[in-house]
Amino acid sequence: MPEPSRPARGHTRRTVLKSTAVTAASTAFLPVAAHAEAEANVVGPSAIAPGESAEITLSVNGRDRVLTVEPRVTLLDALRERLGLTGTKKGCDRGECGACTVLVDGERVKSCLTLAVMRQGSDITTVEGLADGDRLHPVQEAFIRHDAFQCGACTSGQVMSAVACIREGHAGSPAEIREWMSGNLCRCACYQNIVDAVADAAREVRR
Amino acid sequence: MRAFGYTPVRDPAEAVRVARQTPGAAFIAGGTDLLNLMRDGAQRHEHLVDISGLDLASITDSASGLRVGGLARMRQVAEHRSVRERFPVLAEALEASASPQVRNMATIGGNLLQRTRCGYFRDAASACNKRVPGSGCPALEGWNRGHAVLGGSEHCIATHPSDLAVALLALDAVVHLLGPDGPRQVPVGGFHLRPGQAPHVDTVLRPAELITAIEVPRRAAAVRSRYLKLRDRATFEFAVVSIAAVLELRGGRVRDVRLAFGGIATTPWRSPEAEAVLRGEPLTVAAIERAGRVLVRDAVPRPHNGFKVELVQRALVELLSGLGGLR
Repeated sequence: MPEPSRPARGHTRRTVLKSTAVTAASTAFLPVAAHAEAEANVVGPSAIAPGESAEITLSVNGRDRVLTVEPRVTLLDALRERLGLTGTKKGCDRGECGACTVLVDGERVKSCLTLAVMRQGSDITTVEGLADGDRLHPVQEAFIRHDAFQCGACTSGQVMSAVACIREGHAGSPAEIREWMSGNLCRCACYQNIVDAVADAAREVRR
Repeated sequence: MRAFGYTPVRDPAEAVRVARQTPGAAFIAGGTDLLNLMRDGAQRHEHLVDISGLDLASITDSASGLRVGGLARMRQVAEHRSVRERFPVLAEALEASASPQVRNMATIGGNLLQRTRCGYFRDAASACNKRVPGSGCPALEGWNRGHAVLGGSEHCIATHPSDLAVALLALDAVVHLLGPDGPRQVPVGGFHLRPGQAPHVDTVLRPAELITAIEVPRRAAAVRSRYLKLRDRATFEFAVVSIAAVLELRGGRVRDVRLAFGGIATTPWRSPEAEAVLRGEPLTVAAIERAGRVLVRDAVPRPHNGFKVELVQRALVELLSGLGGLR
């Protein structure tokens, strides 16, 4: 019995959008310099030669954004340096601290370990896309209520991770929250308040 | 990161062809290990072939066993109902790995191919026979607390970091490959190579060869299987010692047992001799302790990692007595 290619519980709409986007990606891919890989061109999008850039389209917080990047540009750098979305933070830049956590097609990932060229056609949500106008997301509200930060450097990553953690159903107890939030470090060690905030937000979401 | 070229591909045959034709090419799927290796200068590639769009991510469960596509994500496998019900050791090993974010990204094929966490290997300024053949191994006399006590050579004692591979080894899984010469299958026990004279070669994978699937044979006894992982902090850490065990008891006697170990050896480690000690015997703490002694018989401890020899034996008692209902 075949399973969906990625776990996408509770994200039916996004899954649908994503599968159509896979075909769209090939046409949206406009290489600045075509690589001499004629055979590959026939069956898929064109290659990008080393040192060259390509124009790509990323869907960020519901808006299509066009940008020109080299293949080595991470999603994190594309968001911060090209699109000016500096809410997503660069901590370790090697997948260990979680400050760069964003949602891709509803799932939390580390944007520092993601190449921007590989996420065309995906639905990307950053901390800037969480609030509904002036109304903060319940997780953001809970972080403020519980004073779940000090310096704030890890906070947007914590918040994004918490949104996914709750959605995944992994916020049932403090122990479970600690385990499933373990990809997000806080060097101010606000863990106790973060756990309280996530638990509180989870209760609110369930309500 | 140094500049590299990029080619997204649409089917496995194309992936192999492009990788073979492009100098300095590597496949990228999840990217969670590869990008750090490239950042650190531990690996250099002029071109990445993006296989993340290939249709190799499905999981199927049939009478013969479980087939997991090479591009299935760690989370996807860990959440799969058949995996949780029939092969709990797999789900446990996966959920004890990395972080939720990384498990959303990293693939099963990439997990088997992840490279050692040895600090000398990851540090491009250090000598390392795995990174630069012939440059030496500072771990032998250096900081080797995390290193192997089994399967090492005078050229390398780095451990393999995968939890999943340890669980797959206990389940006799088979790796399906596609390369320029067509498809082939390799038992997971023969997939990773001990360092010997050539520590820079981690696996039997040939150039431009792709992991298309992992097959786990159906085994009723695998319902009683478990993964124990001991690490320096509660979670989000690599194993100091880990054990995957499948135990089949009949009338208090061990009908069959499969044991695979992580953190103590240069490859995911199976000990047929330790299993033989237990097979056919009543399951007792004394018998498990005998098996543990056989496991570490040929261990070569270094200045900082000798504790693993004792720790793995205690871990074996802990795991099997729990699994066998001795306490």
